[in-house]
Amino acid sequence: MRFIDEFRRSDLAQKLIARIKQKALSPARFMEFCGGHTVAIFKFGIRQLLPPTIDMLSGPGCPVCVTDNSDLDKAIALAQLPDVIAATFGDMLKVPGSHSSLQKAKAEGADVRIVYSTMDALQIARENPSQSVVFIGIGFETTAPTIAASVLQAGQEKLDNYYVLSLHKLTPPVIKALLDSGEVKLDGIVCPGHVSTIIGSSPWEFVARDYGIACAVSGFEPIDILLSIEMLVSQVEDKAPKVDIAYRRSVRPDGNRRALELMDTVFEPCPARWRGMGLLPDSGLRFRKEFERFDAELAFDIDPGPTYEPKGCICGHILRGVKTPMDCELFAKLCTPEHPVGPCMVSSEGSCSAYYLYGAAYEP
Amino acid sequence: MSHRILLAHGSGGKLAHDLVEKGFLPAFRNPLLAKLDDSAVFEFKGLLAFTTDSYVVNPIFFPGGDIGKLAVCGTVNDLAMVGAMPLYLSLSFIIEEGLLQSDLEKVVDSARKAADEAGVEIVTGDTKVVDRGSADKLFINTAGIGMIAEGVDISGWNAKPGDKVLLSGTIGDHGIAVLSQREGLAFSTELESDCAPLNRLVAEMLDASRQIHCLRDPTRGGLATSLNELARQSKVGIRIDEDQVPVREEVFAACEMLGFDPLYVANEGKLVAIAAAADAEQLLEVMQRNHYGRDAAVIGEVREEHPGRVVLKTKLGASRIVDMLVGDLLPRIC
Repeated sequence: MRFIDEFRRSDLAQKLIARIKQKALSPARFMEFCGGHTVAIFKFGIRQLLPPTIDMLSGPGCPVCVTDNSDLDKAIALAQLPDVIAATFGDMLKVPGSHSSLQKAKAEGADVRIVYSTMDALQIARENPSQSVVFIGIGFETTAPTIAASVLQAGQEKLDNYYVLSLHKLTPPVIKALLDSGEVKLDGIVCPGHVSTIIGSSPWEFVARDYGIACAVSGFEPIDILLSIEMLVSQVEDKAPKVDIAYRRSVRPDGNRRALELMDTVFEPCPARWRGMGLLPDSGLRFRKEFERFDAELAFDIDPGPTYEPKGCICGHILRGVKTPMDCELFAKLCTPEHPVGPCMVSSEGSCSAYYLYGAAYEP
Repeated sequence: MSHRILLAHGSGGKLAHDLVEKGFLPAFRNPLLAKLDDSAVFEFKGLLAFTTDSYVVNPIFFPGGDIGKLAVCGTVNDLAMVGAMPLYLSLSFIIEEGLLQSDLEKVVDSARKAADEAGVEIVTGDTKVVDRGSADKLFINTAGIGMIAEGVDISGWNAKPGDKVLLSGTIGDHGIAVLSQREGLAFSTELESDCAPLNRLVAEMLDASRQIHCLRDPTRGGLATSLNELARQSKVGIRIDEDQVPVREEVFAACEMLGFDPLYVANEGKLVAIAAAADAEQLLEVMQRNHYGRDAAVIGEVREEHPGRVVLKTKLGASRIVDMLVGDLLPRIC
């Protein structure tokens, strides 16, 4: 794994920072879309190294965070059903819904299992033929193809006890909604690295073309991020917005065709509810007709009850980039990783968690 | 046919008696245990250190060790971290019905080997067998006592500004080695747990310097959590340099894959020492001469600024806070 070290080299970083400082003459505000970017930026202390003209803002790219409470409630209600095993990625466990969390449901007797891959969920289904296994399908275009693959595999194996709660979200529509709202003024976007590995860089072209905003797809190592910022700065200074790729070892303009095909075979776009942003058209994925039997929402009769939003929590505003965790009255007081009020404090990719863990409030 | 532990092995009757006579006594043979009275009785003079711990590791066998070795090393290390010379341990086995007798024998055997290496005696113990499902294969509870030499004063409260922070070797080996064996997550690695008794290393360090102010073994919660505990107890700031913290490539790779930070991954054979700057170089040499300290490094220093906080100088030269571990380590999802 030597190749990771290469992307953390201090000498290369210093060179990039020097170039950014030299170029960044006019003030510019960039949004890093991904929670993974936010975490890396804090973990390596990148904000401190940038010139004061550059303002970095965290975006909505955290799948756990953007999951609406009504959808969380559905996941928890499914997990609470008898003879259901809920399989989920670990980050979901602690996220508070309106009334409970998967973690609390588990403590009360629900069978909730953490998996690292959808194939693990299939294995649980094979081993427990008398129970129903519901995979809590959250994630962006990065995870959706793997979930589609698990559905096709389950179909082939005639595993009739495997279901998916599809809460997948698509990223270009949320960027569009964010820009259309006009709430935040952006000069550039650090576009998602893993998502773009699947969908390619071309889906971001509308951002440069229609909104005149600079774009650079970035990986998650410090050199990737610094390179993408340098690209954004150049585009801004040259007044020539386009889509650059600072993550060429993974991202192609057309993306991963095989993965896109898988996704398209099983799912079709549908409206989806985003935390803080409401219902956005064509921003989610639902099962196509011929795969409906895998749809957990259709297969099980659940009544999650009314949805409540946590009082005082501004996760929705933070996800839109209009506020930062430091603007939240609950931050680090009532809301901590041990006792999270909102999802941005729970997820390992959440802005609040990154601010809290890496001490954004602390000036060295 | 493989022999399994039955409920009757914990009943206090004939089978239980046999288990002690044939299983435990020969392994841990020593005069105090052999008397088989209700308590071990011994004389003691001076300052005493007393600790207890429970071991519930899953799986019970992992690369580089098992729950028996872990129980002995963990208890010995807890004693060593206050500068005590470990003397006597207790081992209590809580066994799930159906455990293979051969597995129990292996665990007992490695506990004995670890005790021999550390130079401690297991002088009292207990066995309980619970119904299938009431425990997960095998739990071990321990207690340990040790003797603190005159003039030794090691405590988490003693760190002083100007002190150096030393680490005895690579971090995260144990956590990743155990994780690599977990059901549903198995990945192949040649990595072994660092599980080891550190009391002899500590004794050598104490011979070299009486200016060791704090010792801690960064087990659960990893190095980050231990340093935070020390910073809070001593009301000092600790600054460490990311470049100086040794991490094995395999651990680094596994952490990248799983979304973990090695700073938070458990160790079972490492220690952090905070010592007067004047003695740091000498201590480092002594540590590096010991097998368990061969990768030792000075990783940082104690400061007056930012009391109670640990600050890390990142590879890029920026600094950031390193907080305690919160909850369990969870994998990333995207």
